[in-house]
Amino acid sequence: MRKRKPQYIVIGGGLAGLAATMKLCEDKAKVTIVSYQPVKRSHSVCAQGGINAAIDTKGEGDSPETHFYDTVKGGDFLAHQPLVRDMCHQAPAIIHLMDRLGVAFNRTPEGHLEFRRFGGTLYSRTAFAGATTGQQLLYALDEQVRRYEHDGQVKKLEWHEYLSAVLDSKGICRGAVLHDLRTGEIFTARGDAVVLATGGPAQVYGKTTGSTVCNGVATTTSYLQGAKYANGEFIQVHPTAIPGRDKLRLMSESARGEGGRIWVPRKPKDDRAPLTIPEEERYYFLEENHPRFGNLVPRDVASREIHDVVYNKELGIGGQPMVYLDLTHQSEGFLEHRLGGILDIYTKFTGDDPKKVPMKIFPAVHYSMGGIWTDYEDDGHGLIDHQSPRNQMTSIQGLYAAGECDYQFHGANRLGANSLLSCIYTGLMMGPGMINYSKHLGSHFEDVPSTVFDQARDQWKERFEIIKKMNGKENPYSLHQDLGNILLASVLIVRENSKLEKALIQISDLETRFRDVKCLDTTHWSNPAPSMIQQLHCQIQLAKIITKGALIRNEFRGAHYKPEYDLNQPADFDPHEYVEYIEKKQYGEIQEEEFSPGHAAYMKRYEECNEQWLKTTIAEHKNHQPEISFEEVNTSLVQPRPRKYD
Amino acid sequence: MPDPKNIRLKIKRQDRPDTKPYWQEFNLPHKPLANVISCLMDIQMNPVTRQGQAVTPVVWECNCLEEVCGSCTMNINGKVRQACTALVDALPQPIVLEPMSKFPIVRDLQVDRNRMFENLKKVKAWIHIDGTYDIGEGPVIPEKQRAKAYLLSECMTCGCCLEACPQFTKDNDFMGASTFSQVRLFNMHPTGAMEQEERLEAVMGEGGIADCGNAQVCVEVCPKKIPLTESIAEIGRETTLQLLKNLFLK
Repeated sequence: MRKRKPQYIVIGGGLAGLAATMKLCEDKAKVTIVSYQPVKRSHSVCAQGGINAAIDTKGEGDSPETHFYDTVKGGDFLAHQPLVRDMCHQAPAIIHLMDRLGVAFNRTPEGHLEFRRFGGTLYSRTAFAGATTGQQLLYALDEQVRRYEHDGQVKKLEWHEYLSAVLDSKGICRGAVLHDLRTGEIFTARGDAVVLATGGPAQVYGKTTGSTVCNGVATTTSYLQGAKYANGEFIQVHPTAIPGRDKLRLMSESARGEGGRIWVPRKPKDDRAPLTIPEEERYYFLEENHPRFGNLVPRDVASREIHDVVYNKELGIGGQPMVYLDLTHQSEGFLEHRLGGILDIYTKFTGDDPKKVPMKIFPAVHYSMGGIWTDYEDDGHGLIDHQSPRNQMTSIQGLYAAGECDYQFHGANRLGANSLLSCIYTGLMMGPGMINYSKHLGSHFEDVPSTVFDQARDQWKERFEIIKKMNGKENPYSLHQDLGNILLASVLIVRENSKLEKALIQISDLETRFRDVKCLDTTHWSNPAPSMIQQLHCQIQLAKIITKGALIRNEFRGAHYKPEYDLNQPADFDPHEYVEYIEKKQYGEIQEEEFSPGHAAYMKRYEECNEQWLKTTIAEHKNHQPEISFEEVNTSLVQPRPRKYD
Repeated sequence: MPDPKNIRLKIKRQDRPDTKPYWQEFNLPHKPLANVISCLMDIQMNPVTRQGQAVTPVVWECNCLEEVCGSCTMNINGKVRQACTALVDALPQPIVLEPMSKFPIVRDLQVDRNRMFENLKKVKAWIHIDGTYDIGEGPVIPEKQRAKAYLLSECMTCGCCLEACPQFTKDNDFMGASTFSQVRLFNMHPTGAMEQEERLEAVMGEGGIADCGNAQVCVEVCPKKIPLTESIAEIGRETTLQLLKNLFLK
């Protein structure tokens, strides 16, 4: 008998989807990739600054263990530790692989990989290809997948939309319902497993640093089909973005990694040209408040500081909610070489040259630490068993997820240059386990009655017929903008329960208005209107997951900041005291006087907070609403402790 | 004199590949920082022409909106470029939007650029590695050579160079500057060079480098300022050498 070749469907052609495809093809599998657009245009191209790996080429003493610690600390200890540790240990091999694939990583004078600084660490750990690292990494994987396509192992369904998983009578995923965005045809594809590599949900917030395809719909559809969604409320707001009408373009953290300094004039509403303001009249607030990490504090910290300076201290440039990001002290040649691409973007969209004048920037929604819940299996030694079919599987058997759309690696806040890593890592890591899953699957999709697929398809055909008949008064695009504005007003950097409660009511009102939507285009060829309405429906559900999670989580952790629940860390507190505190506690009662005044009380508050909230938020779709529960986080390797970035 | 409070757009539309194109005009309120994409988004929110006729929203292609994905190429005031970097305040009005003319129309401003991706297959635009397993570091590469390669690897397959090229037409097989430049990129790489001959053979046949008319407009319209004419010259040299090798050594 001929050996059965495993077959998979990968949704999304960014770094995670392409990495998974490449790995599966190497194991002789056949893969169908589904994407809204040519995969080479995926959102991964937008990543600028770099990708982390502790290769320690500069004798700084960096190591994968330090990378692991920085990452879980950066994420305020909300990430499962064996996974993060495994990722950090794999990182050097991933960089070397990408280098072998031809990525034009910047080089040292000897011709080896060059590394630069990034936020949340004190080491030069970030490999980079100019200022378009994501684009370069994506192209390398795109090329490998094109090679497999050329050899007949990969079939690309570009200009197609994923509508849902096809589940058999036991709830096992056997394929996907797809929508041809040109012909409008709705059909099913069959596979041993389906991988969601569909990126983040930025579009739920409207104007963000995300691309237009980052709509969060595929994971929400899976949630509506019964999959668990995790840590939805943890949304990263990037401190430095450029204002825009259609999008808020990112100004990479690498600008600060290469020496960029953030400041505002000390005098409120100072309207002098920035370079005429003398040094002593400038407030370098990140450097003053965080002498050790300076401008390279993690993103949640930087965004909160900017928010405080602009709104509480009212020191924004000319009274506007903006601050300076200043590179003018660096030589033009250096900037061109290390940051060229991103500085060009700033010039193209604002007309100003950042080599000559400080950039004006402000925070924007950037990344979702949360996403669809996925599983893993550790090897009992603090790393991952790479052969396990459980790795990256959602709570629906046979439905996998990788990349930004999963939730496991960044906890409550992601460090810069770790997202490219987690995308490629998950895509590669899940491969062997998926092959094992196929091998040990009792029955395959060939054994599933075709009525299962027909029913799934017909449900969606009906749904789209209904959408096309929607002829109300509401413009769906305006409604989408309104949804974004609700979240931007209430579920952003600073969160308050009264506002979150109000936001939930507003979202529910918007859901009512959604019923009165008008399908603006009912033709049958290359018509994006019905899909957009279906996507909006999902985004409303996702907005509820994010907002409800934020409302229920009464604490301050990473990007989720509720001032009311700030534990007020004493200024002279040292996080190592907490490790000592926990040790002492194991041998008896803590004496207050063993610590500086107020410290023991603070640590007790911290400990109690962790007992209640150091948990993964789980949202499940019950009675048309997200039902929230909590799961334990694996903190078996490093003792969680208060964060501090001085 | 254009009204500073208004943006006037004239858009060439087409419902299907086999139907006739037609023009529609739109008036939009002026907004600071507006670009062509934000105008098209504004039309989605109020799809009504200047004459007050309710129409379907305009269909176009876009994604990253920061000129790295290559999606939103179109002809704007007769010049091929990315729509995301087309700032309204820098454009004379009415702003005229037309789809690219060298690729099959899908709908409105959306075209099918699949031919570009097929060409990348023809020239094996990839590095053939032994496998993804960890076998250590990649090749040592001088920074100068890396910087040269980086310029070429920024090509986002947007198609501007082909739209402007007089040699590239809907009904011929000419590969065009972007493909030749990718051949150069992969031939430059220490591992990629191992398949140099196959790539050169692929551009020596019909639609290959010999068909380039040397009009040099490709390099003028490239949004990434890729030295395309240098690439064409370099591939021209490499293919000539290959031809001689084929004559004397095969």
